[in-house]
Amino acid sequence: MSADHGVGEISLRRARWGHGETAFWLIAIAAIFVFSDRYLILTEMAWLGLFALSLDLILGYAGIVSLGHAAFFGVGAYCAGLLAVHGIVKEPVLALVVAGCTAMVLGFATSFLVIRGSELSQLMVTLGIALLLRELANKFSDITGGFDGLQGIVIDPILGLFAFDIFGKVGFIYCLVVLFVLFLLARLIVHSPFGLSLRAIRNNPLRAAAVGIPVNRRLIAIYTLSAFYAGIAGALFTQTTALASLDVFSFERSADLLLVLVIGGAGYLYGGLIGAVVFRVLQDLFSSWTPQYWQFWIGLVLVLIVLIGRERMYRGVMWLPRLAMRRMASPNRSTP
Amino acid sequence: MTTLLTILFDGVAYGMLLFVLSCGLAVTLGLMNFVNLAHGAFAMAGGYICAVLVNQSGVPFFVALPMAFIASALIGLVIEQTLYKHLYHRNPLDQVLFTIGLVFMAVTVVDYIMGSSQIFIHLPAMLEGQFNIFGIGVGRYRLMIIVICGLLTLGIQLTLANTRFGSRLRAAVDDPRAASGLGINVPQVFALTFAFGSGLAGLGGALGAEILGLDPYFPLKFMIYFLIVVTVGGSQTITGPFLASLLLGVADVAGKYYVPKLGAFVIYTVMIVILIWRPNGLFGRVAQR
Repeated sequence: MSADHGVGEISLRRARWGHGETAFWLIAIAAIFVFSDRYLILTEMAWLGLFALSLDLILGYAGIVSLGHAAFFGVGAYCAGLLAVHGIVKEPVLALVVAGCTAMVLGFATSFLVIRGSELSQLMVTLGIALLLRELANKFSDITGGFDGLQGIVIDPILGLFAFDIFGKVGFIYCLVVLFVLFLLARLIVHSPFGLSLRAIRNNPLRAAAVGIPVNRRLIAIYTLSAFYAGIAGALFTQTTALASLDVFSFERSADLLLVLVIGGAGYLYGGLIGAVVFRVLQDLFSSWTPQYWQFWIGLVLVLIVLIGRERMYRGVMWLPRLAMRRMASPNRSTP
Repeated sequence: MTTLLTILFDGVAYGMLLFVLSCGLAVTLGLMNFVNLAHGAFAMAGGYICAVLVNQSGVPFFVALPMAFIASALIGLVIEQTLYKHLYHRNPLDQVLFTIGLVFMAVTVVDYIMGSSQIFIHLPAMLEGQFNIFGIGVGRYRLMIIVICGLLTLGIQLTLANTRFGSRLRAAVDDPRAASGLGINVPQVFALTFAFGSGLAGLGGALGAEILGLDPYFPLKFMIYFLIVVTVGGSQTITGPFLASLLLGVADVAGKYYVPKLGAFVIYTVMIVILIWRPNGLFGRVAQR
């Protein structure tokens, strides 16, 4: 009983909103005013962050490695694009929800395939599904526009009030708000008993099942939720860039996403967001060095991260901030 | 009827090629559970080495083939000893990230050196064109592929079944711990097998340049095919991947001929269905772990 109390206490303390988190979101809001000439790249960071957050939910919290997360991103992107082109759902926020739900349905349907089998077949099935969808989008070119992508996407004003402007300011604020709302939801979920049970499954599925956690049902639930998030990220991509082409399903997108999450670190929600910022900055830097060959440097970063070891890298990077936090926290702790 | 047989013939040639390309991966995955997504990079290396030798240095095609094999095997050995060796005991995510990184680097390096367009190897005149046997069109080049790959498959099977090295390898596949307890130097066995597998991939890349096309994106384009062969065939026997490659080759050629609209769709669907039905592969045994 006392152990149970302890676990509850610790998870409650973890769930509390820290100073660091407030600072993070204040910086994000400040970016609207500080980097007013860089809205396009900021917008990209926002939807990429949301996309990485969705991968974090399954990889960091449930331990499912996916090589084809772009499947849901692509479904969301095409869905939002088609809704806008055919004028089915004109209002962007509503279209966003519809796109997310479509991806969610696909996520639910495929989750049964993914949770079966070993890690290798998990990799294969996720990769296969993304390739399958890309092939489908290519074949049904009368609907999707095939290799040329969807033509003539025009996005209506958000809630009928805020029209997307040419500098992308409205687009960035829109992405940021969506990201924040979904982040709060994800935060609520991972700190709930449900989220704790997911972590138990990640650490040891056999033991988790032994203490009475319905492992498969929990995995299906989180996979479905993650697909919803990825679908929203894809829809944001289409709505802010007015683009939807075959490369939303590409393997490179899924691979880059893994890199984003690994840069930021999986399993604490902010990893995806920080990773997205770092990844975009790096990508910008690399393409200014060698425009055609920036992928080489991305590959090198991946190789180096693995060789150094992910754990060791985070410890190195977090050493200074942690020291500062400890300094700041210690006076508080001494007072009862 | 004759078209059917021609498709079958082309499909078998394609399948044999896929087998030679991917049987190294079957060993990597089966022996050390190492997820090597960069396997195609070794094949690409072999293909480009052969192309440079034949097109620029004027080396005869049949001399360039073994040289492509040796060069890729050496590259494989060096990379295994310097990099891969440290990653065997990491989790699959690390292995996936690392090998994807290698693929990205290989793709851009080849793009930088050789350019991004597709290249062709100048074949000797005796390999071009086709002749008829009982009214069936038989491509000379494809016939050569079937002969070479068939001999290689036979050689691999005999090596595995009859030689001391083969039995060591099989012991290490079945249970690495027990094998090393019996005095088998498992890391060494693995390094040699890895080098041999990379060499075979390089040879396959050189042979397949004509059929599969050779450009810097080769490792990414065919990654899924190699993985299909291994996952569908199971990684514990050599006949499993062999049958899986033949199946895949014939299905792919027939699919492209009869239902060109569907394209690779059929292949991916079949793979997913098989993986759901038998997660350890069509011909695989149940994993002992």
